[in-house]
Amino acid sequence: MSILTAEKINKSFGDKHVLRDISLALEEGEFVSILGVSGGGKTTLFNVLSGLFKPESGKVSLYGEDITGKPGKISYMLQKDLLLPFKRVIDNAALPLVIKGKSKKEARLEADKYFKVFGLDGTQMLYPYALSGGMRQRAALLRTYLASDGVVLLDEPFSALDAITRAKMQQWYLGITEDIKLSTLFITHDIDEAILLSDRVCVMSEGRIETEIRIDYPRPRNEDFTLSDEFLAYKRKIKSLIK
Amino acid sequence: MTKRFRSITRDILPPVFTLAVIIAVWSAVTGFEAVPSFMLPSPGAVLSAFVNNIGYMAKESVYTLQEAVYGLLAGIVLAFILATLMDKFTFAFKAFYPLLVISQTIPTIAIAPLLVLWMGYGMAPRITLVIITTFFPVAVGLLDGYKSVDADSVNLMRSMGAGKIQIYRHVKFPGAVPGFFSGLRIASSYAVIGALIAEWLGGNNGLGVYMTRVKKAYSFDKMFAVIIFICIVSLALMAAVRLIEKLSMPYKIKSKENR
Repeated sequence: MSILTAEKINKSFGDKHVLRDISLALEEGEFVSILGVSGGGKTTLFNVLSGLFKPESGKVSLYGEDITGKPGKISYMLQKDLLLPFKRVIDNAALPLVIKGKSKKEARLEADKYFKVFGLDGTQMLYPYALSGGMRQRAALLRTYLASDGVVLLDEPFSALDAITRAKMQQWYLGITEDIKLSTLFITHDIDEAILLSDRVCVMSEGRIETEIRIDYPRPRNEDFTLSDEFLAYKRKIKSLIK
Repeated sequence: MTKRFRSITRDILPPVFTLAVIIAVWSAVTGFEAVPSFMLPSPGAVLSAFVNNIGYMAKESVYTLQEAVYGLLAGIVLAFILATLMDKFTFAFKAFYPLLVISQTIPTIAIAPLLVLWMGYGMAPRITLVIITTFFPVAVGLLDGYKSVDADSVNLMRSMGAGKIQIYRHVKFPGAVPGFFSGLRIASSYAVIGALIAEWLGGNNGLGVYMTRVKKAYSFDKMFAVIIFICIVSLALMAAVRLIEKLSMPYKIKSKENR
């Protein structure tokens, strides 16, 4: 069964029809990318999925429950990590649990379990300024993960990082999806990143999802994949679709 | 240790040197009697007036400081309410903000006598004047602090299901703390001045009352001594605010050290 589904979502701002009949489904443990140029409505789609925007028509469901226009069910992560500078790393990560009504102590205990998996062990009591760019993104990802019960929406999360850190983060992400149950919907405009990480790539333009390409390359994947002929074939195909 | 030494030579010596030059010129002017000594007392006379009257001034300053601190606290409460309303409701911002700016163009010296007429010679008009002079910088600082919070942070909180109160509690209030303190630092120096101005107009206690008394007696040495004493009191109040600021923002000091 799909964990997260969107059915025929339509959303416009004034005269501008930003999302046209968008439908998609995310299976458990799956990684789906939404690829498209900037201004193509990707971020609006995430705002609808996370419940911040109410669509004119269409329905969003999470685990079968209708969550259209209801925030608080799925959280997302942007390229800005948005860690609160005045909260310790553990309190930043545990924030969604506190908002859901847990005590600070309970929330910290729960969040602490994941610090090791997320490569953040030892940073719990630090303030965010002390973390490197990659660590900050991982802390933000942990916060997103704790907010939404295993489903994460990531809006170009690695695009603000330098190329080397970005490659490391991609490898790390491939690794962590082997360790914990994580279903990811991923916005990017980076074709290589989409192919490397995804099970499916949805190409979006002018508010529609035009095509969906399945990336049938076995996991665990590593950087060798990016140098393979299959990778190039996928890349060629997607490039032709974007034009 | 070396770092501390360097900061002494680099940051502390220059103003001390400037002050020494000013005092030297001042002594020369009074020493050669370029100005009659009843008009400009010598630094030595001021120092001895300071030492002789320090006990009395300290006793009077208790009243002045009380007015300043009570007024400042009440001003903070008022600023907090106004700034939060103006941040939350655009209507409140439009309705209050221009009036607040205009209120700051009213000279405090002009309304102080009215306050005394309305409220008498007790502490009430003095505290009121301090509130009037201090709430504005605090309110503006807080408002800037609220506005400096990233809108994406607020959206993120909403996506996590946070309500309005939770957004204020976790993001807006702590995010506004630096702005609040920059306003409070200014307000704390205004607070002492506000209290003094109100005291000039009469009453029995306070440094301002003492100031008018020594002025009328042409005891300019005591007048200078009291001015110096007021400077010290103001600096102490500002230092106290700084200390509270540092204690309430542990993340900030550390991030400065890190750089």
